[in-house]
Amino acid sequence: MRDTLRRVVQGDLASLRVVLGLAVIWAIFQFENDRFLSAQNLTNLMLQITAIGLISVGIVYVLLLGEIDLSVGAVSGLAAAVMAVLNVKHGWSPYLAIAAAIAVGMAIGFLQGSLFSRFVIPSFVVTLAGLLAWQGALLQVLGSTGSINITDPKITGLANTFYSDAVGWVMAAAIVAIYGAVLFVSHRRRLAAGLEAESVATLGFRFGLVAVVTLVAVAILNSDRGVPLAVLILLAFVVGMEYVVRRTGFGRHVFAVGGNAEAARRAGISVNRIRIAVFGIAGTMAAIGGIMAASRLLAVNQNSGGNELLLLAIAGPVIAGTSLFGGRGSVWTALMGALVIGSISNGMDLLALSSAVKFMVTGGVLLLAVIVDALARQQRSASGRV
Amino acid sequence: MSDGAPLLELEGVSKRFGPVQALDRVDFAVHAGEVIGLVGDNGAGKSTLVKTIAGIHGADEGTIKFEGRPVSIAKPQDATALGIATVYQDLALCDNLDVVANLFLGREEVSTGAGQFSRQLDEAGMEHQTGELLSNLAVTIPSLRSEVGTLSGGQRQQVAVARSLLGEPKVVLLDEPTAALGVAQTAQVLDLIRRLRERQLGVVVISHNLVDVFAVADRIFVLRLGRPAGEFSAEQTTEEHVVSAITGVGQEGKKQ
Repeated sequence: MRDTLRRVVQGDLASLRVVLGLAVIWAIFQFENDRFLSAQNLTNLMLQITAIGLISVGIVYVLLLGEIDLSVGAVSGLAAAVMAVLNVKHGWSPYLAIAAAIAVGMAIGFLQGSLFSRFVIPSFVVTLAGLLAWQGALLQVLGSTGSINITDPKITGLANTFYSDAVGWVMAAAIVAIYGAVLFVSHRRRLAAGLEAESVATLGFRFGLVAVVTLVAVAILNSDRGVPLAVLILLAFVVGMEYVVRRTGFGRHVFAVGGNAEAARRAGISVNRIRIAVFGIAGTMAAIGGIMAASRLLAVNQNSGGNELLLLAIAGPVIAGTSLFGGRGSVWTALMGALVIGSISNGMDLLALSSAVKFMVTGGVLLLAVIVDALARQQRSASGRV
Repeated sequence: MSDGAPLLELEGVSKRFGPVQALDRVDFAVHAGEVIGLVGDNGAGKSTLVKTIAGIHGADEGTIKFEGRPVSIAKPQDATALGIATVYQDLALCDNLDVVANLFLGREEVSTGAGQFSRQLDEAGMEHQTGELLSNLAVTIPSLRSEVGTLSGGQRQQVAVARSLLGEPKVVLLDEPTAALGVAQTAQVLDLIRRLRERQLGVVVISHNLVDVFAVADRIFVLRLGRPAGEFSAEQTTEEHVVSAITGVGQEGKKQ
């Protein structure tokens, strides 16, 4: 127990730290307002964090490289505007309009990544220029009206579709079954290769944890409006992109470039290609987040992708434990960070606090998280670990 | 020392950087199953010689033969393709990745079966090979899944050497493998170098530390101001002889 506590402090279990932090935040808000943990409010919370969580997924990749992308907010607004204009003003089918918006985000990401790696300009400068330019492009695309309402049911359905209880339970069963199968297969593969494998008790614990969390989440969502499509989209991207970064050669190379770019180059990895691809991912995820935000708001306006969206999308993964210095982190921090930030925002809204207080508290939490991270790093280096 | 034709042979190799003659008509040979200590003062041309063999910069003059055939080594890939591996002093490891990931960096293996469609890494297979390679080399690492940044300097050096062996090279160049290591760790690395010799590899060790060179090398090759300044059998010479060849002081005395 003492050992576990020390590991939590030292950051080996950074994820557990976030869960504990989230539990404290939830307990405080629930104490102040007993509607906070109601099924309805938790469902609202999930819908509120979808867009920012999706944008953060791309940010995690950029942070793993040790870089930063300041343009994701503006790109999300621009992509949403492109989708709205094509669909509403030009009558494009919703699928084509969405595909075009995603393509715009991806192209912007590739462009910024290429400029960054070709001219060796710090990424924050390239993407700062992008932030300004794409904000201008957003105004240009929206034209004189400055706001476009979205009525296409296919687009608005993205954030406003809820599945029936039965479908929710089937999905929960499928998730648990797939997770169990993955655990089982990888366990057997390790045994077949003659390697040490985790004990059956550990496997059972991990399986049980995922099963309980999944079933409880579905039970809560079902007791309100049902499992939202938006949550599935967010989860699918988090799981998919975590798989890419943790289990594929490309992901391994992202970690390598973030850890030691020179070593990666000498190992024959094309560092520039990795960088361009990662900025492409950030732009793509920003566009997808923008589309989800527009779907929820039922409109795109001059403020889309503006305000604090960018900073919160970066703050989230950092709060949840992805390093700002590259080479360390996980896509799950996009989801966990969005949950922390979203909970604070949602809870303060319930308490009818002003945005002034909201901003200051969120800033305080970010600072606290970074200090905890820095302390953990010092502890690690003090005990001879990097 | 083994007999027969050398694995790698340099004849009259010269390299010039502007006004500086870094290498001046150097003849140098490495045989299979032999450890050569490459010594010399700062600026004597040791690093330039290794970088020439490793393909970092091509030679201006002279020929390089590998297994008796004249070859051209213009870029690092040429050297790798021939079977020449280099471990630089900075090791070029990613501290945030574990031992297995570092060993297979840039040549990751993809799963067979269902995983190949999603380009999934064959973690179990790579870990298995890593474990076999390291135990063959008698390298002990607490866990193959520990981050390389958490390992000691000697372990990191051994990981870097083991990584160079994955490409099945015939010649291994080690740049200052024992610099900044403690006594016990130095002994581990020297043991590892002896096992490379047992595997019939040609090994070139650059070092400032003559004690380490004498402990492990069969032959000692001295460079001074870009010129070969003597070649000694480690068993039949003394440190004083080698030092005087490095500094040139004793030799000039002898000539007179």
